[in-house]
Amino acid sequence: MSVRFPVSGHAATRRELLLGSGALFAWAFVPKIARAEGRDPRFLTIVLRGALDGLAAVAPVGDPDWVKLRGDNALKLDGATPALPLDGFFALNPAMPNLHRLYKAGQAVVVHAVATPYRERSHFDGQDVLESGLARPGRADTGWLNRALVKLEPEDGVRTSANGRRTFAVGPITPLVVRGPAPVLSWVPPRLPPVSDDTTARLLDLYRHTDPALARVLEERIGLSSLAPAGSPDRKPGEMGPVIQVGNINQVRAYFAEAASAAAKFLANPDGPRVGALALDGWDTHNDEGVVNGRLAQLLGALDAALGAVETTMGVAWSETVVTLITEFGRTARINGTAGTDHGTATVALLLGGALKGGRVIADWPGVKESDLHESRDLKATTDLRAVLKGLLRDHLRVDERVLTADIFPGSDAVAPTTGLLA
Amino acid sequence: MALDPRAAALALHRFGFGPRAGTIAAIASDPRGALLAELDKPNAGKISDAGLMSSGAASRMTSDFLAERAAKQKLETKRQEAAKQAARQETAKLAADNPTMQNPVSENAGMEMSADAKAAEAKPVEAKPMPPQAPPETPMAENFFREAKAHYDGAVRAEIGFAERLVWFWSNHFCINSDVTVQAGAYEREAIRPHVLGKFVDLLIAAESHPAMLQYLGNAASMGPNSVAGINRDRGLNENLGREILELHTLGVRTGYSQDDVLSFAKVITGWTTYLPDLPEHGGEFVFYPRFHEPGPQTVLGKTYRDTGFEQGKAVLADLARHPATALHVASKLARHFCADEPPASLVKMLRQKFVETDGDLWQVARALVMAPESWAPEQTKLKRPSEWMMTYIRTAGFNGVDARLTAPALSRLGEPLWRPPAPKGFPDVKGEWIDGIAHRLDTANAIAQNPANQERLDPKAMLETALGPLASADTRSAVNRAETKQQAVTLLLMAPEFQRR
Repeated sequence: MSVRFPVSGHAATRRELLLGSGALFAWAFVPKIARAEGRDPRFLTIVLRGALDGLAAVAPVGDPDWVKLRGDNALKLDGATPALPLDGFFALNPAMPNLHRLYKAGQAVVVHAVATPYRERSHFDGQDVLESGLARPGRADTGWLNRALVKLEPEDGVRTSANGRRTFAVGPITPLVVRGPAPVLSWVPPRLPPVSDDTTARLLDLYRHTDPALARVLEERIGLSSLAPAGSPDRKPGEMGPVIQVGNINQVRAYFAEAASAAAKFLANPDGPRVGALALDGWDTHNDEGVVNGRLAQLLGALDAALGAVETTMGVAWSETVVTLITEFGRTARINGTAGTDHGTATVALLLGGALKGGRVIADWPGVKESDLHESRDLKATTDLRAVLKGLLRDHLRVDERVLTADIFPGSDAVAPTTGLLA
Repeated sequence: MALDPRAAALALHRFGFGPRAGTIAAIASDPRGALLAELDKPNAGKISDAGLMSSGAASRMTSDFLAERAAKQKLETKRQEAAKQAARQETAKLAADNPTMQNPVSENAGMEMSADAKAAEAKPVEAKPMPPQAPPETPMAENFFREAKAHYDGAVRAEIGFAERLVWFWSNHFCINSDVTVQAGAYEREAIRPHVLGKFVDLLIAAESHPAMLQYLGNAASMGPNSVAGINRDRGLNENLGREILELHTLGVRTGYSQDDVLSFAKVITGWTTYLPDLPEHGGEFVFYPRFHEPGPQTVLGKTYRDTGFEQGKAVLADLARHPATALHVASKLARHFCADEPPASLVKMLRQKFVETDGDLWQVARALVMAPESWAPEQTKLKRPSEWMMTYIRTAGFNGVDARLTAPALSRLGEPLWRPPAPKGFPDVKGEWIDGIAHRLDTANAIAQNPANQERLDPKAMLETALGPLASADTRSAVNRAETKQQAVTLLLMAPEFQRR
């Protein structure tokens, strides 16, 4: 597809973008009011699809019921791989040193026990609510970020001077969060990502339950070693090689880092877009979650490396940047029967960037005793994610507060924007 | 009548190309009746020829295009030769005018090097990577894709697709190969479609006398050793078509015919050939050419056929069509294709009986197939061929037609290139041949689900109901509903056993 944007300075080249196999969606204008204040804010939204286990990312190590709840799977401040302390009550997954460093530098905020208004447990519906900004799932065809952009008055002097036109290539793929009337630039990789480990494993599971012949063929073709947990012996040379290229953690790391870096290059460019979004999949950890050293730790490590790359790539623009990481819902408070967690309710939202007043965990902590849990199983939501997003949109991009309630998050009248998130 | 959505869904997968939105409900009151009704629609099995070339026209177009291209190339070669010559003369003239230049011509004497090549040699060639440019599509390729689209669209747009499935079945039974002929699409429309609900004998004669078949199996150049042309040109028989008719199209392999039968039959059909494609009016069309035809009577399977020219071959085909072995062969293949790799013997017996009783009335045989209780076994054991699977996806997703330039290459990668079977036997019809490709189907399903252009269209929950409805197992429902992303859900749905099998 065509990519139309003014390439200059440090903007990512088309080639670099294509290498980063993520799809980035960005709005090209500079918000006018913020501009008038002498600011040039950058805003990147990363949607973590699949439902991130908030308690595995940021654990309430100071909660007396914590270790009882998760047992061996609980992050702790002691032990072989200790969690990284945040504020005396919460600690960060040790796979995320970059986020920890930013937090210590006052450039990261953790919002905990947070959720959208959605209280069921379907990924698709949950993602619809997360991305649409609507209070309930339904036929939503626009996303909150796009509607916010419509309401921003563009200060377009910079843009039109760059190449004399305001043309946008509207990409065919548009995740809901950026879908809508505001013209959005998009970059889509020409090559499709490989079939993921997770998809292959789920299909194999389905076949094993329903169709042994297909299961046998699929097992042979993928080679069992590619699905085996880390540390198991590799297949010997000469055995049947896999036909499918399954995505391993190294591919995932590369994918996350390249997608995030490509986004950052655009946002960093003085003539580039100011608002962008991308989605990173893989967080649906029903089996063998691996909070420390396992699958989720690897994913969080990949995410952390990508965030580090964003910070580096943004350069001086980092001081005017907010990156927000959101996910459709959390996971069960307890570990399930397959060493994983099932779909739950509240989770974390992670904010980082030089524009934040960071170094804080924002949480009205509900507790993790059985009686404290939502429906006796999930971390209870005490903060509405829309409050956080409204606060950021109002204070960072200068979206009008009445507009936020009327158009961006309709039905959120009772949800006041979180104040004081920005430095 | 009570609603039977399960039988309706089964009917759509097993006898058609899979459900479209709402079709399970639409035929739930009488799935069998809906299948039979599709056979009785006017023009059942046919598609519009509008904008498509007849087989003769396709051959003539190809011949014209190749001739014109050759002429252009020849002119260009001449022009380059002239330029080279002029350059040589210019250099010689320069040398004569300038005595300091040393024997410029003799140095290069005998070397075929253009002025451009010399210039390139003078200084090191800079590696300038040129993007590889696809050659422009030939009119033959354009014609192929038009035909491919018409072929696939017939499957995508049918209400159920039973008549189209019969077209595909017979097209594969009487397969040709588009590497050999530019008439592949026209062949299916001209020889197969008009007869899939008619008499087997008419289908047989139409297929064997079609120029595409005569080219594919080499009969067009076959001459009787004692024919006028055979004697004059010192050429002879090509027994390929004669053998394949006996082995693949009628009696079946090892059914008692001998090598002598093959030879005699091949002699009978000498003279079945085509006009040369460069003839402006009938080029590429069928002709019975008496000069190729072996004179005299021939004995095939114990019966002697006197030489009646073209009619001699038709007489043999008519008897082959009525041979008991043919009835069994056709009945087995139909049952295997629609019902099971190892079809119940009772079903095969019943279909054979129907074939014999009705003198090979394929409409009656198709109806009998639908009415047979064995055809409705609840287990979905047949693995769909890649093309059938792809059509199910396209119908489920609600497309109204294919982009042949995407669909045809995708199916080639999955091992089922349109009208290019690996051998005259056609594409295999048992799962053993296809099941190893399941990993490639997964790649394809993943690509479909991730394709940016599909994002607005692919709704896994709606697709699950559209495509499977009552056929969906609890495991499949759970896998789709619990998928991490819509893309993953679509991939799992397309790969689900109920979606892969029929």
